[in-house]
Amino acid sequence: MNELTLYYLAAMSLMLVGFMGLVWKRNLIKMVLAFTLIDTGAHLFLVALGYLPGATAPIVDDAGMFAQAQSLMVRQGAVVDPVVQALVLTAIVIGVGVTALMLSYVVRIYARRGTLDIAELRRLKW
Amino acid sequence: MKQLIGSVFVLVMGLFLWSLVPLLGPSAGYLSTYFTQHGVADNHTANLVTAVVVNYRGFDTLGEVLVLFASVSGATFVLRRRDGLPTAQPWPASEFLATGARALFAPLVVFGAYIFVHGHLTPGGGFQGGAVVASAVLMLLLVNRDRHLPHGLMTWLESLSGFGFVLTGLIGLAVGGSFLSNKGLMPLGEWNTLFSGGLIPIIYVLVGIKVGAELSALLDVMFHSTGDADHQEGQA
Repeated sequence: MNELTLYYLAAMSLMLVGFMGLVWKRNLIKMVLAFTLIDTGAHLFLVALGYLPGATAPIVDDAGMFAQAQSLMVRQGAVVDPVVQALVLTAIVIGVGVTALMLSYVVRIYARRGTLDIAELRRLKW
Repeated sequence: MKQLIGSVFVLVMGLFLWSLVPLLGPSAGYLSTYFTQHGVADNHTANLVTAVVVNYRGFDTLGEVLVLFASVSGATFVLRRRDGLPTAQPWPASEFLATGARALFAPLVVFGAYIFVHGHLTPGGGFQGGAVVASAVLMLLLVNRDRHLPHGLMTWLESLSGFGFVLTGLIGLAVGGSFLSNKGLMPLGEWNTLFSGGLIPIIYVLVGIKVGAELSALLDVMFHSTGDADHQEGQA
């Protein structure tokens, strides 16, 4: 088991904890927290997926590397994958927005029904 | 029965996630290889992530800004009606919080602006800088709960920066042949200096202003969502 497998396992365990919370908790706020755990696990998983052993951050800030980049000769595996990092950068912001939206629904539900227990909200059941 | 279904779901999910692990390994796809090879030569940006976010996948970033806008609008819409919410009597802010927030507000705004201006050089950018600016606004609201942000100013900042983003993209379409194209319009500048990267710093500053205004508006809505007695009387 190398270190990368450890990263994947940690991220997936975090996601699994989130799923467990989503399924077994009945308090709406705890379910929102579980959702953010799944979110964070997915972010960690994506970043770990783009990691290459021995590579640096995808920022070309020394002159030797700039010369390589100018002649399109960046060594394979010199920097980690910038695509997944860009994905995660945007996914974090979307996660914040979606969490805020979920929490505002929770506020409205509490104002309307006076409870946060999802088992007592039976209107949507069939 | 419900517990059983839940347990089975978690078990299946766990097995699915764990079975993925042996299939994964370090690999560089075609696109990421292209981006790392051509990113600096195409855009003269030091930060390759910024080149991907703002230039190569800039259209996706526009969609992502739209998602943020939609979620903030949704939260505002849901929290706008105040009837039924418990009336909150917040504690007054302590002396430490009040003094600290007043001292830190201006430096935090400047720091946020620094982060989104240097998005093409350092690991920063519009989203991070906007979040830092919003945290400054959060401290302001924590100290004075009755304060309302200037609604008109926030709307204008948000609309104009969003409009600027789309306009920059359309100018790129007219001049360089593709949406948000970085060719031909502005000189790319010298690598690793503040004025480099062509259109990229301009777009990231616009994104920073937009994200800062949106998150601040969200905080404003959430802070004033508790029902206050005189407001409800006014509605009734």
